[in-house]
Order: sequence, then C-alpha cells, then structure tokens
Amino acid sequence: MSTDTLDGRHTLRSKRVRSALRTVAFMSPWLIGFGVFFAYPLVSTLYFSFMKYDGLNPPTWRGLDNWTYVFSDLPKFWPAMQNTLWLAVVMVACRVVFGLGVGMLITKIKTGAGVFRTLFYLPYLAPPVAATLAFVFLLNPGTGPVNSLLEAVGIPAPSWFNDAAWAKPALTVLAVWGVGDLMVIFMAALLDVPKEQYEAAELDGASAWQRFRYVTLPNISPIVLFAVVTGIIGAMQYYTQPIVAAKVASGVMGGSGQTFEPGYPDDSTLTLPQLVYNLGFGRFDYGAACVVALVLFALSMAFTALLMRRRGGLIGSGD
Amino acid sequence: MPARPRRAAVALAATASIALLASACTGSAQNTASDDPDARTEITFWHGWSAPTEVKAIKENVARFEKAHPNIKVKVVGNINDDKLNQALRAGGSNGPDVAASFTTANVGKFCASGALADLKPFLEKDKVDLDKTFSKVLQDYTQFEGKRCSLPLLSDAYGLYYNKDAFKAAGITAPPKTWSEFGEVAKKLTKEKGDSYEQLGFMPNYLGYETVPSHYMSQWDHTYFDANGKSNLAKDPAFAEMLTYQKSLVDGLGGFARLDKYRTTFGDEWGAKHPFHTGQVAMQLDGEWRLNFIKDAKVGFEVGVAPLPVADDEVAEYGKGYLSGTIIGIAPQSKKQNAAWELVKYMTMDTEAVVNFANGIGNVPSTLEALKSPNLTFDDRFKTFLDIAQHPESTTSDGAVNGSTYQDTFQDFAQKYEKGQVQDLKKGLEETAAQIDRDIAQAK
Repeated sequence: MSTDTLDGRHTLRSKRVRSALRTVAFMSPWLIGFGVFFAYPLVSTLYFSFMKYDGLNPPTWRGLDNWTYVFSDLPKFWPAMQNTLWLAVVMVACRVVFGLGVGMLITKIKTGAGVFRTLFYLPYLAPPVAATLAFVFLLNPGTGPVNSLLEAVGIPAPSWFNDAAWAKPALTVLAVWGVGDLMVIFMAALLDVPKEQYEAAELDGASAWQRFRYVTLPNISPIVLFAVVTGIIGAMQYYTQPIVAAKVASGVMGGSGQTFEPGYPDDSTLTLPQLVYNLGFGRFDYGAACVVALVLFALSMAFTALLMRRRGGLIGSGD
Repeated sequence: MPARPRRAAVALAATASIALLASACTGSAQNTASDDPDARTEITFWHGWSAPTEVKAIKENVARFEKAHPNIKVKVVGNINDDKLNQALRAGGSNGPDVAASFTTANVGKFCASGALADLKPFLEKDKVDLDKTFSKVLQDYTQFEGKRCSLPLLSDAYGLYYNKDAFKAAGITAPPKTWSEFGEVAKKLTKEKGDSYEQLGFMPNYLGYETVPSHYMSQWDHTYFDANGKSNLAKDPAFAEMLTYQKSLVDGLGGFARLDKYRTTFGDEWGAKHPFHTGQVAMQLDGEWRLNFIKDAKVGFEVGVAPLPVADDEVAEYGKGYLSGTIIGIAPQSKKQNAAWELVKYMTMDTEAVVNFANGIGNVPSTLEALKSPNLTFDDRFKTFLDIAQHPESTTSDGAVNGSTYQDTFQDFAQKYEKGQVQDLKKGLEETAAQIDRDIAQAK
C-alpha cells in the first residue's frame, strides 16, 4: 500500500463500484425475473389474501376473514389438503421406486435394451389429458377391459376412478405408467457409478442387496433426492389428471343443467391447485384463492427445506 | 457433485411454486353509453353454441339483424363457456365481447351483483319496454338479481320426461305417470335385470345420471331455496327432505346406488348419439326440450313420447309444471359501443320474428310471450309439451344468488352423499348444508 494517495484510493473505489455494477448487470436477468415472477406475485398474493376482490370491483380490506373462511368454513379445504399430501407421499414414492427399478432393469439388459427403453419412455410422451382419458376408459368399471379381465379370472374388480377409495391409487397407476422421465435420469446416473466399486464390493463378498445398498445408492443418492424433490413439487401442482379423470368418470362434461365440481368421487381427487382455480376463476373469490395458494407455497417450501436438511441421511456416508 | 442437483432443486422449487401464484389483473370501468347507435360500427358477440346447426342458426339470426341495422356489423365468436366469459368480462380490453350470451342462468346473480354485465335498466327505459308484456315472470326472474337487471332471456329451456313408447307398450303401460308414486312403479316395471346389471333400466335416478340433478327434481315439489332474509331454506322447507327421501327410495327400489352407479359408467356421452336413452339402456329420461333434436339426429329405433315430469302426490293439481332455464344475454360494462350492443340485444331477445326463427333453428323454447303464440313455430307435436311447461304458472327455476351456482353445488354435494347412504341424519345434514350455504354467501358479499 505504498501508493496510498488520494488518487490511488479513488481508482480503487471506482474499480470496486465498476465491478459491483458489472455483477449487478450480469445478475440483472435473474433479478428482473425474480422481481417480476417471484417477488411481485408473492407480495400481491399476500396482499390479496387480506382483501375481498372479485376482479371487477376495487379490492376492499377484509382482514383475516379469508383465512378463517378457508381454514374453518370451507369444507373442501381439508380434503384437498389431505389428497395433496397423500399424492406427495404415495405417488412420488411409487414413481421413484418404479423409475429406479425400471432404470436398473434396463441398464442390466444385454439385448434389446433400446426397445425396452423406448417402450418405457413412450408413455411419458403422451399428453396428460389423452393419457388420463385412456386410463379412465381402460379402468371403466362397467365397460373397461381391465375390469372385464379381472372379473374373468375371478378377482373382484375395484371401481377405480368411480370409487373414492380407489381414485387416488388409480391416479398413482397412471403416474407410474408415465415414469419414463425418471427412468432416463436414473439410467444416466446408474451408468455413472464407477465399475471398480462394484468389483471391489464383489471381491469383498457383497451380496446383490449389499452392492445396491452400499455402492449404487450412495452414488445415485443426489439423483434420488432430485427425483423426490421435483416429484413433490409436481404433486403440489397436480391438476390436469385428476380434473380430467373426475370429469370423465362422473359424466359431467358441463351441460346446461350441470356444473362440474372437481373432486369426484366424494372429494377424493380434489387437490389444492384445483381448489385455487375453483375459488379464483370459478367463484371469483380471489381473496380465498390467494390464501390457498399461499398454503400451497408454504407446503412446497416446507417439503423442500425438510428434504434438503435431511439430505445427509439420504445421500449416505460417501458424500 | 451433490451441490448441483441441490441448487437445481431449489430453483425448481421456487419457480414451480411461483407458477401457482399467478395473480389477477385489475380493471373495471363504469361506462356511460354515449356511442351513436346509428353510426357505422362493429360489435363483437360471444355465445356458447357449438353444434353446426346451432352455429348456422346464430349466423342467420345475426345476418337478419345486420340487414335491419346496416350500420352495425356483428363479429360472432362461438363456443364460449362461462369461465372464458367471466375472465374476459373481468379483463376488459378491445378483444372482449360487447354482447355476451351464457347458458348458466344460475350465474346471473353473480353477473348482476358483481357488475360483470352492465345494468340494462337505462336501455329498457329509453325504449319504454314493458317487460311484463314481453316475458313470463319466471324468465324475468332468472335474468335479474335483487332488482338489478343485467341480462335478458334469449330463448328458454323447459325440462320434461322423455319415454320409450315401445318399452311402455311391451310393459303394458298405457300413459306416462303423473305422480311420483306412480312413477316409481312404472320405473320398476320397465326395469329388466341382467346378471348384476340391467338389460333395460326404467329410469336412472342417480344425481349424476345426466339431467337428473337436484334442482331439476326440485321443480316438482313446491319449494323455496331462500327465506325472506336471504338465508338458506334447505332445513326449514320440508320439500327438500321430501325430494331427497323420494329420490333415495327410487335409487333403493331400482337396485341400490352402487349397482346403478356401475351401470351408469356404461353410458355414452350426454351430447352424443350413444346417450343411454337413445340406445334403449334407460326407458325414461328427465331432459330438456333440446333432446328432441338429438333424438332426430341419432335416428333412434323406437317411438319417443314426451310428457311433463310427475309431481309430488299431494300436488297433482299442478301436474304440467317443470323446471325452466335458458340462455341469457347481456352487455359488457367495458364496451364502448353499448348503444349499438343494445340494438343487437333488443333484436335478438324481443323481435318476434327473430326469436321465432332462432327458436326454430336451434330447437329451443321461444322466450317472449308473443313468440310462444306464433303460428310460425315449426316444431313437431311433441314440442308443444315443452311450450306448455314453459308457460305453466307453477313452473320454476333455481334462484339467483350472489355467488352464482355455489349454493346449488353445495346442495348437490349433500344430495349425492345422501343417495349413497353416507348421511345418517337427514335433518341434521340439511341444517349443516344450509349453514354452509349461508357461510359461503356471507363470504361472497
């Protein structure tokens, strides 16, 4: 610091300012995106959750009324919450286990792997509405081939999308069928596991299960975590499949005398995003819709934070 | 290595959650109509019809209007449902409609209370329209809410009973049933079982059996949805418990809910040729007058009869009544061409020739008193049954509410639980449902 003159300090400061400006400039796409698509909607959602607002008349202050309405006076809120949590746990678990299983199977197959890979990946390409329609048709309790088959071999066939106890399992079957996306990333991860580790484990006399538990799993655990977290976020946004299934299975396609209430049968397929839509764009009660949206946001954040904290356990000692 | 998926996951979590939080747009404008209806202008008209014959009828009607008002050009946009309409009315902007039609009369309360459709009173006063001389009381009722008139009726619908005459003959039944107890017996006589399903079901009573929704049943019992204070009457008016009990007796008498519901899953689409009434899967069907056109298009292989729906046993004097609803039409409050828009609304709803031609084209019941009497209506004889239901003094419609059809949905939810046998105490259930309706209305106010 021998050149600690006024001049030198000046250049130093302007350098620092310039570099800070440059950083901000480089960050600006993200900053703008964050502001426009995250901060502003979040703040206004919070703001509208305290207002009565129907999109036409100026919003009026309502205090906590929307919150108490949603939590204590809206009977559909708790079923929607339960269904969303059920799907986040069961559907995601099934998808991850199945995706990993198929991925492992296909990496092991010597001949025809390409065919199987394509076969398992294809369903993922089906548009959700079309896939759901196909499943409602296949699982139709009266005319569907699946139940005809089950009845033919003497197995009591469930009513699937027409039975409150089976509607979510039916949706899970549909989700597992379209597991191609997970299969692909699991396959990539599995092929990345160093061969030497398997060889070493084998030399040590590790069984197939031990090789999976102590070699495969620690190596692919970041991908498992990724699959679980994105799966849960997907479950939190689950909208298209249950609404299409409910509409088609209930036969209420919106005639002149009927209005469609999502959740058929018995609110068993009602999810929080459907409730947000129904409150916001069906009833035009934006206040209550914002409350549910915030609950959903908090839930997504809580799940993600929980998993990130516990990732030590998930990822294993090798990390 | 693990750092990357973690960051990716957090980023994904953030963006994905935010996608859920799309917030709404603002915008409302209280326009005073100042446009000159005689000036050269173009207005946009949104409607919900989509079938080719219906679209053709709309186009012809609009062409007649344009001929009568050469300065006004109408841009017609079809296949618009209430969700789209509601959003457009809220968003405003130049791409929205000037004139809008909707099928859902139950939403009129919401349209009027929120100001989603403009108040028509100044226009009606300007043209000195006497509504009482133009429309029947029910039609006037369902197009306004609490004295605020934001819409007018454009054709109406009446609900009655369709029956398979061949099946009636085969079962030795000579005339359609007039009371609900007769109806129950007839429905049973017409039912032919096959294994644990049916070869032919007399009637599908389930609330999801297409038009057999609670509000359509309710019209056959004298009832009022709300008391003088605007509170739900569900628990206080015995008609609701009577209807629910009767419907449940039908369900139980015809095979029980589970079995009927499984049979229901074999039905074709309500708006397609494979409708269960067309295919002979059910012998009687509660439905609107439009079904006549569908029956013609589907070329069903038996003779179809129509009659009013039965009434409660102690209301035989009122046999002939039924449920009414219809299309409603109004003006967007944001429209800058409200006077021109009013010309179209006036023409479509009140010009006898226009109403008659449109009713002929679309197969709906004409909405004005004059059009109902017109000799130019070209319907088959069976249509007269619906015209009579439409004009019956005891025919009803569901009440408007500030939150639209929400109270109907809540009632329907409860009714569905009851028919399944999930409700043990009907009285208590109705009280809770009424309380829920009151809470929802309080929230909407």
